[in-house]
Amino acid sequence: MSRNSEESTKCRVSFVVNDSPVTLRVHSMERLLDVLRHELGLTGTKEGCGEGECGSCSVLMDGQLVNSCLVPVLQAEGSTIVTIEGLAADGRLSVLQKAFLACGGAQCGICTPGMLLAAHHLLRKKPHPSLSEIREGLSGNLCRCTGYMQIFEAVTQAASGESST
Amino acid sequence: MRAHPAEFELVAPQSLPKVLSLLAKEPGSWCPIAGGTDLMVQYSAGNLRARKLVSIWNLPELRRIDVFEDGVRIGAGCTFTDLRNHKTIGSEFRLLSLAAQWTGGIANQNRGTIGGNIVNASPAADSLPALLVYEAELILISARGERRVPYSGFHVSYRKTQLAPDELILAIYLKRQYSEYYAHARKVGARNAQAISKVCLAALGKQKKGVVEEIRLAMGSVAPVPLRLVATEQAITGETMNEGLMQVARRTAAAEVQPIDDIRSTARYRAAVAGNLVVEFLEQLGASETSS
Repeated sequence: MSRNSEESTKCRVSFVVNDSPVTLRVHSMERLLDVLRHELGLTGTKEGCGEGECGSCSVLMDGQLVNSCLVPVLQAEGSTIVTIEGLAADGRLSVLQKAFLACGGAQCGICTPGMLLAAHHLLRKKPHPSLSEIREGLSGNLCRCTGYMQIFEAVTQAASGESST
Repeated sequence: MRAHPAEFELVAPQSLPKVLSLLAKEPGSWCPIAGGTDLMVQYSAGNLRARKLVSIWNLPELRRIDVFEDGVRIGAGCTFTDLRNHKTIGSEFRLLSLAAQWTGGIANQNRGTIGGNIVNASPAADSLPALLVYEAELILISARGERRVPYSGFHVSYRKTQLAPDELILAIYLKRQYSEYYAHARKVGARNAQAISKVCLAALGKQKKGVVEEIRLAMGSVAPVPLRLVATEQAITGETMNEGLMQVARRTAAAEVQPIDDIRSTARYRAAVAGNLVVEFLEQLGASETSS
């Protein structure tokens, strides 16, 4: 396919990422994951399985946790997206991010952005989750090195920290 | 091989009439896509045959739940999260809200829709046995108008449905008549979230004075389509609950299912589990009468 005909099948998509409005010319079926990483340079969002099983590419779309590998970018039109880069305000880590560091909830780092967004989503809906609610909230996110105990501990600590402040 | 995005076209008309007129103009050439939890997997793997897709994600006409005196009408575009959060579905259609909890993880529940689950027509889908036992009715819509079909006959054969190329599922209608039944659901899989079932069961029953008055059993992953276990139901209905009846139920269920060997399990294991799950349900149904 020539460069020109490739350009002609593109469409305009606008949305807000981490508080910044963006407008892009992209193919309508491009995965939101690829647009975030390649067009916007937001490489904190990782690709793991690419089929919605591992949660590494989790982002928030209009406040809802989604797997960005399964979102065609046209469906993000008009939405508000939060990626891992949007969790630390002004470069300061969130309570949750600090808890992950303190508890050793991150090792190789591939699952970490998705884990943090899934945990953030959970704590916004349930500020004081039980262990089983934490397990369920993170059940779509797979970790192959740290294991889950430190991650659950981090979420528990963040929840109790948020309650005391 | 991975799909090349330039070879695909996705449009998002933003209203149901516009989607229907597009489907009517070129029937069969546009593939509707809602939350993408099945289609995007096929797309990424290079297995999606459709080249032209029309988004029905978040269409307001499809994403509403209406509660009437006699029934509940669930828009086909409602997500599993929508189902989990709905009060009436949680209290009166527990099998459906449990299945919604078991479907994928939270991110997939936020995007996967009940209509998509039905049209994708996987025999392993966790929510479909629940729709069978609740004897759901589907409301289908096209530019030609609406029609209602019983869900029980919707899956014609493996991954084939009664849906015409220009049609969408508009809504699923459930009668509000199940509060008196004992409801039971069970998923057998490697894990609850993100693991496709080896076998799953949705069951409703009524027992009075030790006699099984009514029973409804449906299973996933045991046949080319989600399966209502009609022969097993007939063998149990009107009979006195005892050990002998449970053995009859076990044998009938194990013979009635038509499972296959695949990557998740074997036919032999599935048939044995099917029998066990029916017995487990009958034991609990019996205990529920004694304890109430």
